[in-house]
Amino acid sequence: MRLTEDEKAMRDGANGPAVARSMDLLIRYGEALDAERLVETRNVAGAFNASTPSVRHLAEDGFDRVFSELNLDSDDTIEIPRMAVPTCQLITGIDMENSALQGADPALTEMQRQSEKYLGQRGVNMMCTCTPYQVGNVPVQGEHCAWMESSAVIYCNSVLGARTNVEGKESTGAAALTGRIPYWGLHLPENRHANRLIRVEAEVDDMADWGVLGYFTGFAVEENRPAFERLTHQPNLMKLKHFGAAAASSGGVEIYHMPGITPEAPTMEAAFGTSAKPEAICFGAAEKRRTWERLQNATDRKLDFVMLGCPHNSIEQMSLVAELLEGRRIHPDTALWVHTPRALRQIADRSGYTDVIRAAGGEVMSDTCPSISRRLPKGVRVIATDSAKQAHYLPAIAKVQGWFGSVRQCVDSAVAGEWLGVVR
Amino acid sequence: MTVTEQNPRVITLRGRKVVGGHATGEALVTSQTISGWGGISERDGSVIELHHELHGQSFAGKVLVFPGAKGSSGWSAYFHMCRLNGTAPAAMIFTRMTTKIALGAVVTRVPAITDLDGDPFELIETGDRVEVDAEAATVTITKAMT
Repeated sequence: MRLTEDEKAMRDGANGPAVARSMDLLIRYGEALDAERLVETRNVAGAFNASTPSVRHLAEDGFDRVFSELNLDSDDTIEIPRMAVPTCQLITGIDMENSALQGADPALTEMQRQSEKYLGQRGVNMMCTCTPYQVGNVPVQGEHCAWMESSAVIYCNSVLGARTNVEGKESTGAAALTGRIPYWGLHLPENRHANRLIRVEAEVDDMADWGVLGYFTGFAVEENRPAFERLTHQPNLMKLKHFGAAAASSGGVEIYHMPGITPEAPTMEAAFGTSAKPEAICFGAAEKRRTWERLQNATDRKLDFVMLGCPHNSIEQMSLVAELLEGRRIHPDTALWVHTPRALRQIADRSGYTDVIRAAGGEVMSDTCPSISRRLPKGVRVIATDSAKQAHYLPAIAKVQGWFGSVRQCVDSAVAGEWLGVVR
Repeated sequence: MTVTEQNPRVITLRGRKVVGGHATGEALVTSQTISGWGGISERDGSVIELHHELHGQSFAGKVLVFPGAKGSSGWSAYFHMCRLNGTAPAAMIFTRMTTKIALGAVVTRVPAITDLDGDPFELIETGDRVEVDAEAATVTITKAMT
């Protein structure tokens, strides 16, 4: 791989051992990719916080040990300096205001508190959400980023037109300390054009529809780059957030184009660049129904737990949940957790949404989600969610049955204590 | 691709080194991509994704032959933890390059090869003995007796 003079100096230790180790990892990673060079980035979103039981034995040796091993792939413990470029923490393991409700071990909660202090002192912005683009990290078109979180990456590339591959814990650690990432994949403009076409022949309007279309798309195109035609309704942030998260769960989609909607595709021709439009994959009523059915991983209708807010809810969604719960009471045998970024929770609190949700018997959670924390209310066997992503992952991770439906179906079912959703 | 004349059960493929090293083991083959976070257990190296054809099987100590990575960006971190827990595969052979699989192979620190000159899903079956020499960029397959 070709390195600049600055990068060679970093590799050789001019900026200290942590930067040298970071550069060593970026070179090994870049060579594995067969990348020609690195590119500068000033926007890193990664996972640095120590919050899970598997990290505890490393944390006992100090947080430099955690960062060295898990974020730099270093066997030696290196003193970690301040991050070289703006860096944020994505979703984490424990809700710092609701750890008891989550059933988190107090020692682990304390570990996370100390870890956050350590990271903050080194310039890591503790956004603690899978949706940094909802709380102030909004890259502009063309900006080179180094982001983790598949649902954030697909949003960053497709909706914002910024450029990132799906990075990992180790590459974001190295990027944060060097301001570099391999120039490969979606950093190159010629790799960003669509190479698959999906023709939408079913109604795709509400958030659940968009989640189902995304889930279908991931299976249909795997890690390819789809463009969409015949969309009948204009999406917004919350719908594309759901759509992308689903496509990145069932497949490995990292970028898509919707002509007239997403910034790199003013037209269908622009979406495909110099390539010809391929034959269309059809998403019709039959595909919609089949995908909706594929998201149901449950047989029992008695419902123990309803999870909303994956990816973390927008303030519009918080308002909607509060509206649906106004004056109602959820079933005593059913728990409801609604997840939103901490920064948006403050707006939800101030707007009265949190009070409405809590008065109905639900809880508003931040910083984490059940799939990441692996924590659900005690004794849960059957869950329901309005998220195709959560419906995909949580049954496997938590060994529970899982229903998928619209936010309205989920709220009504939480009130009834049984799953009332129907496939549509 | 070459087939040894004296022993037609031995096939040698050439490819591109992703991560250096040398390992031999029994093949575990899947034509389906694998998720890291939410797709495997780092405790025993087993696949946990509900509808995956390897569901319940462990790749620990095996030569994992698969198209590549899908799903969450936690891919590398979960294979990294497999290395720390001693449940990592012995080597990786894959066909579709992504940042997830590249970084994952680097931090798992096992020999890894891609871009082979023959279709690994046609030529390698679960149970075959496979030698991965990443420095020489070769994969040598000894077909299991049937």
